[in-house]
Amino acid sequence: MFTAIFGSLESGIIYAIMALGVYLSFRILDFPDLTVDGSFVTGAAVAAVMIVNGTNPFFATVIALVIGFLAGCITGMLHTIGKINALLSGILMMIALYSINLRIMGRSNIPLLNEETAFTTVSSFWEKLGIDPMLNKGLELIGLGDSLPSTWGILFFMIIVTLLIKFTTDRFLKTEIGLAVRATGDNKRMIRSFSANTNMLVILGLGLSNAMVAFSGALIAQYGSFADVGMGIGMIIIGLASVIIGEALFGTKTIARTTLAVVGGAIIYRIVVSLALRVEFLETGDMKLITATIVILALTLPKMIESHREKKRKKQKHKEIMMDIPMESGGEQRAAAK
Amino acid sequence: MLQLNRIHKVFNENTPDEKIALDDVDLSMNSGDFVTVIGSNGAGKSTLMNIISGVLLPDTGMVRIDGKDVSLVPEYKRSKLIGRVFQDPMAGTAPAMTIEENLAMAYSRNKRRTFRKGVTKSRRAYFKEVLETLHLGLEDRLNIKVGLLSGGERQALSLLMATFTEPAILLLDEHTAALDPSRAELITNLTKEIVGKYNLTTLMVTHNMQQALDLGNRLIMMDKGQIILKVDEQEKKHLTVDKLMAEFQRIRGEQMANDRALLS
Repeated sequence: MFTAIFGSLESGIIYAIMALGVYLSFRILDFPDLTVDGSFVTGAAVAAVMIVNGTNPFFATVIALVIGFLAGCITGMLHTIGKINALLSGILMMIALYSINLRIMGRSNIPLLNEETAFTTVSSFWEKLGIDPMLNKGLELIGLGDSLPSTWGILFFMIIVTLLIKFTTDRFLKTEIGLAVRATGDNKRMIRSFSANTNMLVILGLGLSNAMVAFSGALIAQYGSFADVGMGIGMIIIGLASVIIGEALFGTKTIARTTLAVVGGAIIYRIVVSLALRVEFLETGDMKLITATIVILALTLPKMIESHREKKRKKQKHKEIMMDIPMESGGEQRAAAK
Repeated sequence: MLQLNRIHKVFNENTPDEKIALDDVDLSMNSGDFVTVIGSNGAGKSTLMNIISGVLLPDTGMVRIDGKDVSLVPEYKRSKLIGRVFQDPMAGTAPAMTIEENLAMAYSRNKRRTFRKGVTKSRRAYFKEVLETLHLGLEDRLNIKVGLLSGGERQALSLLMATFTEPAILLLDEHTAALDPSRAELITNLTKEIVGKYNLTTLMVTHNMQQALDLGNRLIMMDKGQIILKVDEQEKKHLTVDKLMAEFQRIRGEQMANDRALLS
């Protein structure tokens, strides 16, 4: 149980970077970008191929990020210069990337089991620090001694990386260009009248979004020790689920709060899925169904609860007012009783 | 400051819905001119504004700002020179962003946008200062999302955002039409105050004849894609709503007579 949650914590915080990318396109730019399904794999493919060919894994991950940026830019150009509908430009790019990803990888699956990845490097560095025994002792004290994680290094490393990306995003969205990107998603006509080139801003925004997605894909490939051409299927829904769950649970008062919520949402999503998979009759193949169910619940439940409360409140108010209106006969009776 | 030469614009050309929106329009404005534009629906007022701001490009003709030909300059680049307030109070501001963020975006209108912070301490102080001129207390609500403001407050903010960077040309497109009478009056007064303060070259479209007479030093009347009446500074001082209506009847009547003469 603890091992499962620890694992979903690790992977959740890696997927959180992808979710931040989805947040940037879906919420900030108001652009339903389906490129994500493709660019996630592109990131994984680029990193995997480079690592297999002996490149430094950290460098490979950064290159994956750059390629993801380019993919997002192309989607942006399809939409702004080609004037193709937003959803369609994302879908077009997604299926185009499927073939491109196969070309990059040369086959449909690249294992990274015996390769040096970012995480093997981090783990061996972490081991030298000698912090794990201390943390594990803590776990033993609270009675979790029989399910110790093999390393805490990945978790701590990813917390730092993800928070760094979160804070950079927050900071970027407050710069002059960042404000213009936000306004592009909020009121295009207005920001155009303040001399912003909305086409460029959409392209930039989608580029950054897919850069994060590809970065996350590259890390997931190294975390799971393989890159597979099908690993991106439904990724956009997972990203969206993380955004929606996070926003519903942690609020959206400020940008900084929302991005933190998205990170939290991604982790919670992973935990929910791993718990759901422990239910007897569910299989790994049911993942997508579980995801769809979670998203549907996250989308409908808050609204249903809200409208139920609203109805109840109104009924109560109605009752109170009706009490104050003297009924023809009732009023007389009451007067007589007095 | 602003010159329009023989501007022609046709919508849906070569279809049954063909409509000549602007028919060889000429207009020249000197620096500091405040021209009010009146005319019935479909007269071409909004098309004129859109041609000047670059939302639409003219089929033929030339738009010059400050002597430079901007006829083919895209809207976003032209916005460096032009401030705009729209009819819809929701159109001029970004609702999900705060007042200070909106002002910061407006502040960048005539500058290059960079990766520097949009709202700095010194800018915030400046934003407070300019917001005080609206007398709406918005200076104390810098971190409120603009979507929470009322229509009148949003329109006042839009007006401020369009003007405080002193654009070469200010375009007001029926910017009080969607407000209730008291809010409309507030915005009208603010317009007068702000345009006077910065001495902005302004073009204002309005449906309200009285407003067209109260504001500005010149007036033009449009009908069917043409400017049918130009009133200069001296004449405008003595103009009344009745005189204006009479003038409109006279011009249009004459034309109708002409048309009849042609047909007969």
